[in-house]
Amino acid sequence: MAVLTMREALNQALSEEMERDERVILMGEEVAEYQGAYKVSSGLLQKFGAKRVLDTPISESGFSGLGVGAAMQGLRPVVEFMTWSFSMVAYDQIVNNAGAIRYMSGGQYSIPIVFRGSSGAGLQVGATHSHTPENWYANVPALTVITPAFPDDAKGLLKSAIRSNNPVCFIENEKLYGFKDEVPEGDILTTIGKARVRREGSQVTLIANSASTHVALASALQLEADGISAEVIDLRTIKPLDIPAILGSVAKTNRVVIVEENKPFAGWGAQVAFEIQNRSFDDLDAPIERVTGLDVPQPYARVLEQAVMPSADRVTEAAKKTLA
Amino acid sequence: MASSGAKKVKSKEKPGKSPAVLPTLTPSERVDLLRKMVLIRRFEQKAAQAFMQAKIKGFCHLYIGQEALAVGSISTLNRTDAVITAYRDHGHALARGMTSRECMAELFGKITGCSRGKGGSMHFFNKEKHFHGGHGIVGGQTPLAAGIAFAQKYNGTGEVTVCYLGDGAVNQGAFHESLNLAALWKLPVIYVIENNEYAMGTHQSRSSAGYPLVKRADGYDMAGITANGNDVDDVREKMWDAVQLARTESLPSLVEVKTYRYRGHSMSDPGNYRTKEEIAERKKESEPISLFKERLFKEKALTEKQYEEIEKEAVAEAEDSIAFAESSPEPEVATVFEDIFAPEDQIAEFRPPIGS
Ligand SMILES: Cc1ncc(C[n+]2csc(CCOP(=O)(O)OP(=O)(O)O)c2C)c(N)n1
Ligand SMILES: [Mg+2]
Repeated sequence: MAVLTMREALNQALSEEMERDERVILMGEEVAEYQGAYKVSSGLLQKFGAKRVLDTPISESGFSGLGVGAAMQGLRPVVEFMTWSFSMVAYDQIVNNAGAIRYMSGGQYSIPIVFRGSSGAGLQVGATHSHTPENWYANVPALTVITPAFPDDAKGLLKSAIRSNNPVCFIENEKLYGFKDEVPEGDILTTIGKARVRREGSQVTLIANSASTHVALASALQLEADGISAEVIDLRTIKPLDIPAILGSVAKTNRVVIVEENKPFAGWGAQVAFEIQNRSFDDLDAPIERVTGLDVPQPYARVLEQAVMPSADRVTEAAKKTLA
Repeated sequence: MASSGAKKVKSKEKPGKSPAVLPTLTPSERVDLLRKMVLIRRFEQKAAQAFMQAKIKGFCHLYIGQEALAVGSISTLNRTDAVITAYRDHGHALARGMTSRECMAELFGKITGCSRGKGGSMHFFNKEKHFHGGHGIVGGQTPLAAGIAFAQKYNGTGEVTVCYLGDGAVNQGAFHESLNLAALWKLPVIYVIENNEYAMGTHQSRSSAGYPLVKRADGYDMAGITANGNDVDDVREKMWDAVQLARTESLPSLVEVKTYRYRGHSMSDPGNYRTKEEIAERKKESEPISLFKERLFKEKALTEKQYEEIEKEAVAEAEDSIAFAESSPEPEVATVFEDIFAPEDQIAEFRPPIGS
């Protein structure tokens, strides 16, 4: 198997899908000639030409809505947000158009569009540029929300997202672009909506997604050193949520810590906690703990931002609390 | 390129407000403009060094090459007029009279920074100096400017607002909505397009239809004015018309200023979309500091020796700002929970638990 960075895995997925299906186009700011602000689209202009790889003006609302219109007319656009922080400019198009047209037309339209791009905090770019927006989009009934943590999932899930006939928000995390791991060659199609156990354990379940999966894995190592066996579940897809996988692990460990980089209020972790207590109340031996980004706008200064981010130390402390 | 509206400037003066004609500066006032431009240049160079040493993090967009624009335009304002801009904000902040120390300390993420270390390079603020940010989202500042101008008009203060944006930002819907509101409600706001030809790696010819960009004023029936951003005098002159229009008649304008940035889009941009020759060419023909310096020499407002002194002072000030930033304390971790809500409301007590 090839060892690829997350960025290369995403690039492969885009390239393979564009190769396979002429209806797939890619557009966004700096995706073509500049080769992508984070180089995810590197080489695609050269391979597929300016008809299919388009540099847009800085008009997120315009090109997102244009993408939805093109999808209504049968194309399968991949719309890149340089970062998801900038998707707020296009929120109306994503929520009211991509998110509602199938339903409010009585099922006449498919909207096979993928919105994708970088996201996340921790790199000291301040409040406007550090959003981890999966909750905002997961709150919209008809949107699929995918947040990969590893290169193989990034590739397999992006390919599945492009083939999905539903609007998908594919939320990458900037901190992971350089992360390397094995990726199967060729046509891997990872099922949307399935979590993955990234580490088996017996005493506490750490439930995470995206970059937080790596925080949870680091905490699992700390816990192991202290003689505690932690299981790490990478949700991979926030919506739909893989509730059976979550409940299965809880039945085994009876303890849960949820790790999420986003802000806590009505975060997906709150939904996961609700599902567990509602369906598996008797499996729980301790209150569910959550480690989230702190409920403040993202600060710039390193000392402040580090305090805001979920960390392995915070997760380990929370895990020990469930075992106390 | 000044379209109809700009000529509507009338010479009526409100008592206690600025005079109707662009005041002629004394030689020493002209030298002060140069001093400010040189300071911005040296400040930015020090910031670039500090970024390379990882003392400044995140995104850092330099103003090198565009100094005459901020200095010239802000020099036409009164102290209480409002200034607002995008993320490339160091130059405007310094031109507005914010100190090198508070700016550099912000870049270093220190508690002594103009935003207490919370904003960083893209989010400078100083309300006392009527500098209303530093805005990271392209175009996001443009409706705010209309709102500030709305309040100025509402309060009848005779103040005006200047809002800067890039040639790339003109394609955001928010900007068009702002222009319409400003024209419809006759708001005392001046939108200044800093046309440095590139939005990141995208040349203006690949991002905008309809040239020159100032034409966008026509659709909203507002004054459209063009200036040469390499020439501080030209910027002052043209801005003056717009400022007067806003101040005396409460009318908005759109000013397109031609400029050029010498560095990458941000410190993280290798800049492969243009050639070194292109940059060298531009520097040779229209470097704003040399242009103005030579003019001052000719006017006998400045000697070679005095200029060296200005350079020395600017470097010393930039170095002092680095020393200040370096020796300033980090913010206390507890400050992370400060500045979220108005303290009078004591909202913190009702906040949900924040995870563990
Ligand atoms: C809504 C939004 N989209 C994209 C970005 C990323 N971005 C930051 S600056 C920039 C280019 C802006 O160019 P221009 O308006 O010409 O200003 P300049 O940088 O030249 O001063 C882009 C695309 C952003 N900050 N906000
Ligand atoms: Mg520009």
